Amino acid sequence: MDQMLHVSSNPHVRDKMTTSKIMQLVVLALLPTTLFGIYNFGLRALLVVVITVASSVFFEWIYDKLMHKKNTITDFSAVVTGLLLALNMPASIPLWMPVLGSAFAIIVVKQLFGGLGQNFMNPALAGRCFLMISFAGKMTDFAVSDSFRGVVDTVSGATPLAALKQNGFTDSSVSVLHMFIGDIQGTIGETSALAILIGAAILLVFKVIDLKIPLTYIGSFAVFVILYMLGTGKGFDVNYLFSHIFGGGLMLGAWFMATDYVTTPITPRGQYVYGVCLGVLTAVFRLFGGSAEGVSYAIIFCNLLVPMIERVTRHPAFGKGGKKA
Amino acid sequence: MGILTFKGGVHPYDGKELSKNSPVVKYLPKGDMVYPLSQHIGAPAAPAVQKGDHVLAGQKIADAAGFVSSPIHASVSGTVKGIEPRLTATGSMVNSIIIENDQQYESVEFTPARLEDLSKEEILARIKEGGVVGMGGAGFPTQVKLAPKEPEKIDHILVNGAECEPYLTSDYRRMLDDSEKLIEGLRVMLKLFDNAKGYICIEDNKPDCIAKLKEMVKDIPRIEVAELMTKYPQGGERFLIKAVTDREINSSMLPADAGCVVDNVDTVIAVYEAVILGKPVMDRIVTVTGQGIKNPQNFDVLSGTDMAELIEAAGGLTDNVSKVISGGPMMGFAMYDTHVPCIKTSSACLCLEKDDVADAQQTACINCGRCVGVCPGHVIPARLATFAEHGDMESFQKFDGMECCECGCCSYICPAKRPLTQMIKSMRKMVLASRKKK
Repeated sequence: MDQMLHVSSNPHVRDKMTTSKIMQLVVLALLPTTLFGIYNFGLRALLVVVITVASSVFFEWIYDKLMHKKNTITDFSAVVTGLLLALNMPASIPLWMPVLGSAFAIIVVKQLFGGLGQNFMNPALAGRCFLMISFAGKMTDFAVSDSFRGVVDTVSGATPLAALKQNGFTDSSVSVLHMFIGDIQGTIGETSALAILIGAAILLVFKVIDLKIPLTYIGSFAVFVILYMLGTGKGFDVNYLFSHIFGGGLMLGAWFMATDYVTTPITPRGQYVYGVCLGVLTAVFRLFGGSAEGVSYAIIFCNLLVPMIERVTRHPAFGKGGKKA
Repeated sequence: MGILTFKGGVHPYDGKELSKNSPVVKYLPKGDMVYPLSQHIGAPAAPAVQKGDHVLAGQKIADAAGFVSSPIHASVSGTVKGIEPRLTATGSMVNSIIIENDQQYESVEFTPARLEDLSKEEILARIKEGGVVGMGGAGFPTQVKLAPKEPEKIDHILVNGAECEPYLTSDYRRMLDDSEKLIEGLRVMLKLFDNAKGYICIEDNKPDCIAKLKEMVKDIPRIEVAELMTKYPQGGERFLIKAVTDREINSSMLPADAGCVVDNVDTVIAVYEAVILGKPVMDRIVTVTGQGIKNPQNFDVLSGTDMAELIEAAGGLTDNVSKVISGGPMMGFAMYDTHVPCIKTSSACLCLEKDDVADAQQTACINCGRCVGVCPGHVIPARLATFAEHGDMESFQKFDGMECCECGCCSYICPAKRPLTQMIKSMRKMVLASRKKK
């Protein structure tokens, strides 16, 4: 025998999908909403995106380097984190803030807990919440710049969701159609439900995500809002309901952040439970909380519930469930 | 009945077109024949010959050494050269009878019988004497399987023709070329179980087998063809039972607990030959295939033949071959030396140029849940692998680690390329060893 043969344990074939490819698909799926954000808010938005992504990758690289770890930037997860963080910030943000947010997301939330796969919270959202708490003014400053192409809320100049919060539900000057298309105020990546849904379709087609979490999240949120409308005696208002679904970070959160593998339950049943928890919490935060927004806090709060949800939703092994034979 | 299946599973590249249309060629061995005494689950057979004895083809050379055991027969005529440990496909050394082939192929005389004249006990005795074992891979002695405690409770006999392992085409050729023998074998088995119906279960990537057998059984009472969805591991015993009967059994139960008997296509044909022709298991179809072999094809191979001879007969390995596997790519054994004997359970010799395992870069688990989605055993492979890494036996068992069937789906699908199956397998071995100690 002149050839040396490989020996390994079975199976001897592997699927073509890799972690890096999954992350690249997520970046691809985020492109429609990124491009729309740049169109909507102008080149300033592009600058924010580039700086956030670049700084995220830089912090990943420098941490690996300083800690003498294997370079992990080729897995593209830092790009995804940076991009998601950028899409969660207003275009007018001072440019040092995204850098600080990236550092917090990558180094504190992700790397200090063991790197990819070990973080207990979504790094991008933790980064955003860190900035929100520290610099609430700048993070919610949606001042209309010259390059903004969208429609402006005539009542307050705020995001439609903030207007909704201030004025109650009968009076929203921005139509649901605009909120669906996305030519409104908001963070860079959250405004266009349409662009987000195109990205979601990409993730679904390539089987990166499935419908379990997004649909239970949005569904249970909608149910709660309807109950709230009926419960407070204000009657059913389609406009109000859809303003809540398309407004704020719900679409971006439900399709791209609540579906983050690392911080969601691995059990299928757990994913339904997680989705419902998210829907209810988001509705509570938005309807009863002090801020118009609730998605980010709901997701990072539910991230903390994941180990518990997994424990109680483990499915029985094949042949062990149901009736005993 | 529609297309039947189970929850979970994967769809690897199937590679069957390499060899499915090549007719079965009878291969006559050149070198010494090696008969490992352990070609089945259970006690190794006890040698019935000594060094220097002259034996005939079909002669029993080793006896069943216990209830769960099986005799072994010579497949050529010649002289016993010795009894010594030899390397087998799984990598372990097994005591084997070595016979020098005299190339005469003198055979003992077989005593045929008619099914109508045989009692149930006689049928089981002939199956045992014929050395019939599960030829799909497990090698469980067939006479034990066909004699459950309460035979009247068996209502399904499932002939496993799923052949869900990629690349393998031996069962496919058997079903097309030996359809009559298959049906006769099933009729023999049906005679053992008065309340049972026979189902020939075939994946829908073999429409020609389905069509042919459906036509042949349409007027035969108690025999049907069941169409299965093409998906690995559809041919796994527990998942085949689930697909056809919707009954689930766990790892500590037997098919008989679900009223089923499951036997591979080759086994059923061996039952026919042992019971009706009186001929013991002496040969089987072996698929020699893969990108790493020059002329992929199917051989009718005498037990004991050196697998390296088959590789030569198929044109030899290509220059870029990296892995040679006994069996299929999902559950087969990688071999470092191809000089191993073909035994009753050797279904294929798969030669690969591209070794996915060596090429894979292992990264961190991202908790994506793909392993959970494909696991036919409905466990959480990612968690079990972590428990295995930490040596946490208690949690491993609590999370049903012992229910794993080691099918390999989780390792196949893992985007982080973690060797999940391997980690779980080692842990299972450790748990079994620690249970034995107690």
